[in-house]
Amino acid sequence: MKKINEMKLTTEAKSVNEGFCRVAVASFASQLDPTVEEISDIKTAVSEAVTNAIVHAYPTRAGKIYITASLTDENMLTVRIRDTGVGIPDINKAREPLFTTGGDDRSGLGFSVMECFSDKLKIRSEEGKGTTVTIYKRIRGRNINES
Amino acid sequence: MQVLFKAEKDVLTVYLSGDIDHHTSKKIREAIDGEMQKMMPSVLKLDFRDVHFMDSSGVGLVMGRYKNAVIYGCSVVVSHISSNAEKIMKMSGLEKIITFEKD
Repeated sequence: MKKINEMKLTTEAKSVNEGFCRVAVASFASQLDPTVEEISDIKTAVSEAVTNAIVHAYPTRAGKIYITASLTDENMLTVRIRDTGVGIPDINKAREPLFTTGGDDRSGLGFSVMECFSDKLKIRSEEGKGTTVTIYKRIRGRNINES
Repeated sequence: MQVLFKAEKDVLTVYLSGDIDHHTSKKIREAIDGEMQKMMPSVLKLDFRDVHFMDSSGVGLVMGRYKNAVIYGCSVVVSHISSNAEKIMKMSGLEKIITFEKD
């Protein structure tokens, strides 16, 4: 797969940036002419990953979120969302539906939703070093769907 | 994001709009809980017709309101939800305890 475009975005891990991050990635992906549903899928998956970083990564200090989105010639959108926070002690546990350490009103569905709305999901995490979530989404697009 | 209320008999309808995410759900939650305490309705209806985006924070929002409502016998109804949001709601099993109204 050949990379044809890429964008990088760094923001403070503040909840006010959640909307901006998902819209920025969706807007970048729009050059592949995605369907409304694909746009919605991308926004949802990115929102979950960014929210995880904001809620969990930096419990005692301010930190940043690093997003890299790239497009390859096979209409694949790859979005990497990285933090340099506390890391996830047990990734398998964190991936279980409804499991949360986020307290009341956190549904524990973050990773399940990311999986459901993407084609592939990779999670790499090291305690004390941070977490990187990579979301892969193939954009089939409007043109292909209509013909 | 805007939250509008309509109180009719013992039904409190909440018209949600805009984006529901972790950031906006805090204000929405506070607004609904305040109104619930004042009115003590027997049905809480959450209308999603003007919600343009929702992630799993919306599930937490509905689940949390359900937990509060059920204490004093109030039932929760979710209406006009998009197919995308419905998919997320159903991942949680919420449809087993909450009524989903199409229109």
